[in-house]
Formats: sequence, structure tokens, C-alpha cells
Amino acid sequence: MFQGDVGKAVVKVLERLGCDLDFPENQICCGQPAYNSGYVKESKNAMKKMITAFEHAEYVVSPSGSCAFMFKEYAEVFKGDPVWEPKAQALADKTYEFTEFIVDVLKIEDVGARLEGKATYHTSCHMTRLLGVTEAPFKLLNHVEGLQYVELPGKERCCGFGGTFSVKMGDISGEMVNEKVQNVDETGADILIGADAGCLINIGGRLNRLGKPIRVMHIAEVLNCR
Amino acid sequence: MSMKTSDEDFQHRLTKELENTFMRGAVSSAQERFQTRRLKQAEELGHWEEWRSHGEEIRKHVLANLDYYLYQLSENVSKRGGHVYFAQTAKEATDYIQRIAKKKNATKIVKSKSMVTEEINLNAALQQLGCEVIETDLGEYILQVDDHEPPSHIVVPALHKNKEQIRDVFKEKQGYEKTEKPEELALYVREKLRNEYLTADIGITGCNFAIAESGSITLVTNEGNADLVTALPKTQITVMGMERIVPTFEEMEVLVGLLTRSAVGQKLTSYITTLTGIRDEGDTDGPEEFHLVIVDNGRSDILGSEFQPILQCIRCAACVNVCPVYRHIGGHTYGSIYSGPVGIILSPLLGGYDDFKELPYASTLCGACTDACPVKIPLHQLILRHRQVIVENEGKAPISEKLLMKAFGLGASSPTLYKMATKMASPAMYPFTKDHKISNGPGPLKAWTEARDFPAPNKDRFRDWFKHHEKGGEE
Repeated sequence: MFQGDVGKAVVKVLERLGCDLDFPENQICCGQPAYNSGYVKESKNAMKKMITAFEHAEYVVSPSGSCAFMFKEYAEVFKGDPVWEPKAQALADKTYEFTEFIVDVLKIEDVGARLEGKATYHTSCHMTRLLGVTEAPFKLLNHVEGLQYVELPGKERCCGFGGTFSVKMGDISGEMVNEKVQNVDETGADILIGADAGCLINIGGRLNRLGKPIRVMHIAEVLNCR
Repeated sequence: MSMKTSDEDFQHRLTKELENTFMRGAVSSAQERFQTRRLKQAEELGHWEEWRSHGEEIRKHVLANLDYYLYQLSENVSKRGGHVYFAQTAKEATDYIQRIAKKKNATKIVKSKSMVTEEINLNAALQQLGCEVIETDLGEYILQVDDHEPPSHIVVPALHKNKEQIRDVFKEKQGYEKTEKPEELALYVREKLRNEYLTADIGITGCNFAIAESGSITLVTNEGNADLVTALPKTQITVMGMERIVPTFEEMEVLVGLLTRSAVGQKLTSYITTLTGIRDEGDTDGPEEFHLVIVDNGRSDILGSEFQPILQCIRCAACVNVCPVYRHIGGHTYGSIYSGPVGIILSPLLGGYDDFKELPYASTLCGACTDACPVKIPLHQLILRHRQVIVENEGKAPISEKLLMKAFGLGASSPTLYKMATKMASPAMYPFTKDHKISNGPGPLKAWTEARDFPAPNKDRFRDWFKHHEKGGEE
């Protein structure tokens, strides 16, 4: 809804790599905002809709490590439910984060992208720590022609988004993203790349507020540059 | 001091601490120091993941057989001339220790660092009897001199203070006249404490690990203060949380190695002392009388519950040292003697949700704590579990949030409603939108837009674009 360009870039990159794509019309939100706030019952509605929406797909690809991880968690949430546990497990098994899918399933590291600039990369917590996708984004970025990479100081530290945390604990979240933006600024990069919309909206929002001329890009948008 | 360290509400504590720029500088640089050293030690040791798994296995085994090991421990302590007392509540523990102090006509008591004695508010109970209680851990001593300020970290209690502030505390309270050089400060405290050890009637310690097979207790320090606390006074009282047991010396060695590396990034601390029983004939030091007080205080309720993994904790504070939230708010915001991720989990369990209901939300669930834990406690999952309990059983979630989540459940149950919402988002946000961004948002967005902008929802929805694209439409 907020990152429509990311969706378009995902479609274009994957189609270029030979994938046949579908966007099931009945899909909604993965349920994480409610689930991570402790509302398991309410989030289960969303989860069931999502399981059904993707029932017939061969692979499910998400341009967000956090949402992809939530899909993986469904199996835990429905544990012991004779109807929904196997369905949830099936969805979990065929779900991949966008960069993970390209590198591990399609076995491609060079997508033929080209982008001039000095870039730094924010490793999102859910994608790296919970989903365990650490190498794939770097393998892909390494092959982007013209892109110079600089490491982000404190790159493993959370940006302060945390879903509802960002509004529930708004002042702590604000301090956290402020430090993150200082780190981004220190690198001298003119592009900040990430693979999770939540983190990017957060960091981008602070960069915007401070008037920093640093372009925020989802990795799908970078890989879509020719 | 008890579990709860402040009567102010969470928001007041938070605002105060966020403004404390000195504390925040001290905490963030300490976090970086500890983290670098911890990772270096883990790498040097090698096979860190296997060591973690081994640590986890030991802790799980002990918890699964806690009754057996508690029995074995108490038998062996008794055999070596010690007394064992099981305290179900904090009050039972302090009552028992008060009785010993009275029996010994104690006027002066020296203590080494112990979180469980803070948990049960032991110092106040002893002071009530007219005893002078002296903390001998340097950090704890500084806080005690500074009008009993609560600890802000479970391993480094005075982490929030720098050397200049420490100098000022001693100057103001005790007329200290030297500089802020750490060596001079340490020498000053050392000289002051030396006489206290020699004249104390009772020495009180905590317990890093009790060894069931021998009835010994292990104390891990860098200052050697616990050794003097246990060697000089005639009576020794050791207070331990009921879960702090290992079967044999072999497991103690594994856990001490994980503890010192994870806590402060040391291969070993300067002193690791294992003490067994009372002074034997021919011994030149050691207590004539030894009491082991084993404290439950809510732990057996955790045992067997979904929160049981938190009892694996060896109090190393690795989770605190990597927590990105603790980094900015410091220990005092938590309002509990246990801060950081471990504090978020333990405080409501031991002290109740009423006083600590905000803590489970002071986390982004980033998982850094879980990654750092040397005994593999799924910390961020337990924090999430607290949120579920608050929503389901405690009924303490705010009504506005309940309504929002109800609406989420409803919207999520109907793809038609959801699609309609995505269509309405852009016009609904229109009044707040300027240059494709929202800088002063309504409702929950207000907290967001205090520090940053929020992108305006796209007018052209991805789902419409995709439909068009599928039919072979141009951009």
C-alpha cells in the first residue's frame, strides 16, 4: 500500500528471470501487527485468509524478510490444529524472501542490474536473525554494475521500527532511528538499501525529516535498475 | 530495595532517562566494549554454538530434575556442617536471616554482590534490626554510598556513572579528596572496606552456581571481595535462587566459561572461588557457621509454565549488553532491579503484571538478545508471550488498542473489506498529506511523526497495476 514501486520492481525483476507470477487478489496483511501485539485470536483470521490465498502457488515470494518469517511462523501458531497445521506447514515450506528466492532457488547472483552510486545496506533483524537470510542480498548487490558498497556502522542493530513498537513506544523508537540515521550519514553513502519495507519507511522517514539527501531504495528497486 | 525500584510511572522514568545524555553515552559505549570483547572471546574459544548448546542442555537438565538436585545439594551441605533453609517467599528468607543476625548479636554485616538479596529486599530487613550492612562489590558500594541508588545493570550495577561522578559521590558523602583516577578511587574504597571485613560479624554472599554433588557454592568476581566476605567473618550466609544449581564440577566449569565470556568478555574472571562447608580443623580461615538460604519467591510457579526457559538464565547480562532499547533508556527506566530483556521477562513473573505491564512492550522483538544468550533462552519469544498473556488473561491492554485489533481481525477476515481499506487509505490521509508525506499524523501516527515523516499511501494501488500489467497493459 505504501511501497507500490517495490511491488512493481519485484514483478519486473522476477519476470525478467523467467518466473511466471501471480498476485492472488484475496491476499491481505500477514497478521504480524496483531500477532506481535499479543492478539493471537485476531491475527488467526488474517493467517487463514493468507494460507487459502496462496494454496495453489508453487512458491511464495515476499519482498519483506519480516512478512516471510511470519509465514514461516504460521506452522507454530496453528500447532495441534488438525486442519490448519498441515496447510500452514505447506505454506511455510514454499515461502521465500525475495533475495533468498533469487539466490537459493533460481541460483542466480547476477541479475544484470546497473546503478551508479555509493550505497550502504541495512540488514533487517527479522530477515537476518529470525529468517536466517544473511548472504543473499550481498551476493546480489555485489553484481550490480557501478554500485560501490560501504558498510554501515552498527549494521546489525535494530533501526527502532519493531512494528507497533514504533507508535507504542514512539519516543524510544525515535531515538533509535535517529542513531541509525547518524550511522547512515557517517558512511557518506548517497543510497541506503534495505530489504524490508518497515525498516525503510522508518529510516527513510527520519532522513526525510532531517532533510538528508540520501535516496532510500528497496533491494528489488536496485535490482530492477538497468 | 526490592524488585520494584521506583514509584514513578513508566513514562516519567522514560522521559527522565532519555534526557540523561551522560547515562546514554556511558551505556552505548559500554555496550560496544562488552559486545566486541564477547565476540572476540567466543571466536577464540571456537565452536561457540556447540558450547551454547551444551550450556542449554545442562540448564534444561537441571530444571527438569530440580527436585533431585535440590535434595542432593541440601544433603551434601548438611554433611559438611552447613544449615540449609528453603524459603518459599521473600519474607520467609528475610525472617530466617534476621533470626540468625539476632542470634549472633550482629551489628555489622559485609555483603558481596547478589541480585537475589536485592530481590528479597534483604538490606532493609537487616537495617531494621539496627545492623550496619556494607556492600563490598565496588559498583554496589558506590550506589550504596549514593543514597542507595538502584542498580542499572545486573552485572555492572553502576554502569550509568562515570569516574567523575563517582569521585563526586565520595567527595560529597565521605569527604574524599583525591582525583577521579580509577586506581585512586579503587584504592580509597579498598582501604575503607578492609577494616569492615575484619570487624564484620556476618558475611553474606549470593551464589553463581551451587554444586549438588559436593554441596559447594561457586562465586565469580573480579575484585576478590567475595573471598574476604567468606573468609573472615565467623558466620557466612549464602542466598541463592532455587534454580542456580549444577550437578557436578564438570558442568560448573562449562557454565562459568560461558558466564565470564558472555558477561564481560573475559576468559576467566580474576577470582572464581568454590567453597564447601564450614572451617575444618586446621583451616586458617573460613566461617564457623554456614547457612545456605534457597529462595523460591515465585520460581516454582515459573517451573512447568511456558516461561520455564527463563530459569535457564545464568545472569550474564549478554542480552542487556546487546539490547538496542536498553541502549537508549538505560536500566532505571525498567523500574526493576532486573533490567533489559531478562528484566522484561522476569519482573512481571516475580513481581506481578501490575507494576511491570509496560515492560513487554519496551522491545522491538529484534532477536539480538536471543542470539547473544549463552544458554539459548528464546528471550524475544518469551517477551511476545507476555504480550499475549496481557491481552488474553490480564485484560490490561488499552481499550483503544483492543478496538483497533478487533477491527484488524474483522478487516482481515474479509478480503473485500481489506481491499476497500487500501483504497480508502489515500483519500483518508489526504488532509494530513503534504509533498507526498505526512509530518503531523493523526491517532497512532502522531507518535511516529514526532521524530519522522510517514509516506502518504499511494493513490495507485499495486494490486490495480498488477491486474493491468497481467493483461499486457503498458505502464
